[in-house]
Amino acid sequence: MNIDATDRRLITATQAGLPLVPAPYAAIAADLDLPESEVMNRLKTLQESGVIRRIAVAPNHYKLGMTANGMSVWDVTDSAAIELGEQVGALDFVSHCYLRPRALPDWPYNLFAMIHGTDRDEVASKRTEIRAILGDSLRADDILYSTKILKKTGLRLGKG
Amino acid sequence: MIDATDRKILNRLQDGFPVSPRPFAAVAAELGITESDLIDRLAAMKANRTITRFGPFYDAAAMGGAFCLCAMQVPEPDFDIVTERVNAHPEVAHNYARDHRLNMWFVLATETQSGIADVAKRIESETGLPVLLFPKEHEFFIGFRVAA
Repeated sequence: MNIDATDRRLITATQAGLPLVPAPYAAIAADLDLPESEVMNRLKTLQESGVIRRIAVAPNHYKLGMTANGMSVWDVTDSAAIELGEQVGALDFVSHCYLRPRALPDWPYNLFAMIHGTDRDEVASKRTEIRAILGDSLRADDILYSTKILKKTGLRLGKG
Repeated sequence: MIDATDRKILNRLQDGFPVSPRPFAAVAAELGITESDLIDRLAAMKANRTITRFGPFYDAAAMGGAFCLCAMQVPEPDFDIVTERVNAHPEVAHNYARDHRLNMWFVLATETQSGIADVAKRIESETGLPVLLFPKEHEFFIGFRVAA
């Protein structure tokens, strides 16, 4: 979808978060000098077109006790990858699941699934569950734990 | 630590916050709490970092831009300086050190498709290290909800 200059102002005003006040859309509208109804209509259009994926909280896994977060990676036969990826993505402990190109010879893995757990033992047992789903289509796998967050800012749209 | 009401709030608000004049009042009614209690609890959870963000999640790809996961193999003695050079790019949205031969993993978010390759090339020339690109070919539906 093509976004116009007003959408861009709206995105810039909300990408860090919504104000925690009873009428948040009216507060944004006042800041942007727009009617509240226009702010709400534009947000709905952005949601329908997929520019806004969801309006929601992002919980901090670490604060909720999920301190082990691993990027599990799998070399799955291409012909079975979509069907199996759907099953892995549906697991309740997987937060992101993607097919990506391999980078041979350095990197043989094509399926990526982020696994969250309270400790590495729990993550390891969840890997075992995924291994069982992938069965004979699995050729190799690995897991990469994050050791440090070096940067985390999310999307920052320029002023345009 | 968070209590049972906070958990209900986190579970409810991982999707579907209303776009209506009094959205907190609508969610509070569903949860059987007051509007002001909901707002106060969200503010407290934001302040103590139980929530890292609350609001719209934008998809750069749907606006004509692109995301790409990238990885580098960085020699340990150079790790700090390479981190500094990579992070200096505003297009680097997240960057994680990981325990693997490919020990630096970051996400590029750019407003145009061609932006990814441009930034990756600049990082390669600034660091003298290859940048491997892992664009998503397919994204699977996620059933995940943090069971708070």
